[in-house]
Amino acid sequence: MTKLILTVDDSASMRMLLKASLTAQGFRIEGAEDGAEGLERMHEVKPDLLITDINMPKMDGFELIEAVRDVPEFRGTPILVLSTEFSDDKKARARSAGATGWITKPFDAAKLGAAIRRVCP
Amino acid sequence: MSAAGDDGLDEIQGIFFEECAEGLAVAEQGLSAMAGGQVSADVIAGVFRAVHSIKGGSGAFGHMALLAFSHRFENVLDEVRGGAIPPDAAVTGIMLGAFDILSDHVAAAQSGGTPPADAAMLEQLDKLLANKGAAAEPAPAPAEPAPADEFGFAPVAVDLDILDDPFGFEPVAISLDDLAGEPAGGWTVRFGPSRDAMANGGEPILVIRELERMGGHILDADLSALPPLRDLDPEESYCVWTIGLPATIDEADIRECFDFVAPDSLIDIRRQETAPVAAPPKPEPAPEIAPLPAPALRVVETAEPAPPEARPADAPQQTIRVDLSKLDQLLNLIGELVIQGSILSDRLAPADQERVELPQLARLTRQIQDNVMSLRAQPIRQAFSRVPRMLRDLMAATGKQVVLETIGETTEVDKGVLEKIGDPLTHMIRNAVDHGIETPEERLAAGKPAEGTIRLSAEQKGARIIVRVADDGRGIDRARVRAKAIEKGIVSPDAVLSDEEIDNLICAPGFSTAETISNISGRGVGMDVVRSNVEALGGRVEIHSVPGEGTSFTMALPLTLAILDGMIVRLADQRFVLPLSNVVETVQPVAGQVKRVSPGSEVIELRGAYLPMRRASDLFAIAEHQRRAPEESVVIIVESGVSGLVGLMIDTIENRREVVIKSLEDNLYPIRGLGGATILGDGSIALILDIDALIVSPGFNKFAPKGMAA
Repeated sequence: MTKLILTVDDSASMRMLLKASLTAQGFRIEGAEDGAEGLERMHEVKPDLLITDINMPKMDGFELIEAVRDVPEFRGTPILVLSTEFSDDKKARARSAGATGWITKPFDAAKLGAAIRRVCP
Repeated sequence: MSAAGDDGLDEIQGIFFEECAEGLAVAEQGLSAMAGGQVSADVIAGVFRAVHSIKGGSGAFGHMALLAFSHRFENVLDEVRGGAIPPDAAVTGIMLGAFDILSDHVAAAQSGGTPPADAAMLEQLDKLLANKGAAAEPAPAPAEPAPADEFGFAPVAVDLDILDDPFGFEPVAISLDDLAGEPAGGWTVRFGPSRDAMANGGEPILVIRELERMGGHILDADLSALPPLRDLDPEESYCVWTIGLPATIDEADIRECFDFVAPDSLIDIRRQETAPVAAPPKPEPAPEIAPLPAPALRVVETAEPAPPEARPADAPQQTIRVDLSKLDQLLNLIGELVIQGSILSDRLAPADQERVELPQLARLTRQIQDNVMSLRAQPIRQAFSRVPRMLRDLMAATGKQVVLETIGETTEVDKGVLEKIGDPLTHMIRNAVDHGIETPEERLAAGKPAEGTIRLSAEQKGARIIVRVADDGRGIDRARVRAKAIEKGIVSPDAVLSDEEIDNLICAPGFSTAETISNISGRGVGMDVVRSNVEALGGRVEIHSVPGEGTSFTMALPLTLAILDGMIVRLADQRFVLPLSNVVETVQPVAGQVKRVSPGSEVIELRGAYLPMRRASDLFAIAEHQRRAPEESVVIIVESGVSGLVGLMIDTIENRREVVIKSLEDNLYPIRGLGGATILGDGSIALILDIDALIVSPGFNKFAPKGMAA
């Protein structure tokens, strides 16, 4: 069964890049450009995995993760953070917000695929 | 490290560079605001986010030099954002410098050119990081090397000690007892997911499956912690597995499987035959018995001083990206629609033309056209935003001091125009600093403030955008300009020239008054390029100079490059289009109203005043037998920027029409006085007059190719 992934990133190029590299690996991809839209799209598409950026306008990644985890339906949905940041503080904050894992940009397509399968077989 | 190895990547890169440009604009605005004393958390966060985004994409597209530099710049911004580095003038100055280099990096990445030399700036940034506020906790490695590793997953890997990652996106190693029964020479991995390992969407079983795929097998499952069924929480985890893996597997690959395992989990990876504890020195993340790092909760309380979400200022608008070529196509189609409308109108009897439907259709077309034009319109700020940086460079190179004032940055211009005014603008600014503004000593001696001022303004006037670069420098030295022009053979020694004509000489090709060719303006191209570029856009350049007080260069540019509201006039057997924006009124001269004041110079009397008048038949060298007397002609009073009101005598006026401008330059050398051509409703071609160039042209009664007029 094809896994559906929602990618939330305010950079259009990043979303396109994710889509291109992940569809090539057999995932289906939906996108949103900030946390607020991401939350909406979560309800619409109910993805198997959420990949989100941290620094975004409107609603940032931390807030998005918290909001997603507040929805009982999404309590078990794996959430990966894909960010250029990698400070321990940020990771801890993401974790306590409810993130499953953290991937630091830039990403390598194959490694990203492997990482995704690590939380979403 | 291309992630998408398909042809789509170029397109995505293109979008990335667009985002870079937007990010740079945001960053520059923010930094300029900070330099101007407006330091707020919002501003800093905005700059941070812009640089951060550039960094994010640069790695993804493999622009490693850009990545490395933006990374370090971002580190500094992060500390500024966090309050550890105070954004005082010195720091802001360094960041402005870093911004400049960042811009160069982006440009280099985009063009595939050589990245700029950034070592000195990196050193400055490092110094900032090293000396950051004493209040802040002692700096760890001041600046990590850029995460240029191929994986990209864990730039932290270059950090000294991943084991200290307090928050376990990285594995935490804890060794318990020795294990029995592992296969010789292989790896033994003990994995005990923390109780809450299944919170946050974690699935410990996936780790075990992945290890199994790598050739691992479960040696033992320790179920001793399993509670009685009634106490068992199915969402918690109680087991500890021991897994054996072949020796051929890399430790890093094993560790990677644990990337997303909950932080407090037991993960112990060791080679069976080597002494497990503390044998490898520090840099190797050696598994050893270690107390659990401080739990994540500690860090959560470390509230971020400036949460990035607090930025109501830049409330983003809902936008979509559209390929410019699609807008161009749309514009072209509308142009065709306008032409077809004209043709239709021509085919109809006059009575039908007056009917309500046709004007309505025309109005709708007009509205669509305006809408499309507005889609292409962009604030001129984009062109202006390059200027502060350039000025900083120029100041550094010349030792002159200049303050920039910008007015009307929000004025909107067609994107096509916007793209083309960058170079002229650059040159005008360079020219103003190099030739206009004096050195601080000279200025003080002349009783002026040491700092010169350059005022950059934009405003819309009718169908034109007026962009002006005004300096308060020494003004044009007319005697010198004249002498130089004579020396260069541009004008003859006995020519009688007005001040304006002399000023205009600096736009003549090859003209340069700088005694030594400076590395700023004197690059072989000069104001003549500015003028021809602007004229190619259907605009014009005006120079106004007052000795000792300053010089202003004014570019008057059309709002759009595509459609023109025109008056169709007839001269001899030809039809011409006169831009309606130039037309003030029309006069049917009576006998005696047109007077000859000197050979080749005529005036028309209008309500008691005399205006200079030109015969189009002279300008176009119409054969004598086709010329009409003034009483049989029409004089159109046109307004020109330099000469004010001027009469232009033509034969008759046909009508008023919107015309689609077709460029002549694709096929012809640019001709001063002609702004293009159009196709009229009956399919015939009419030339569009560029009134300003035609009237203002110092040569006046002769046609000359660009730049030769002076």
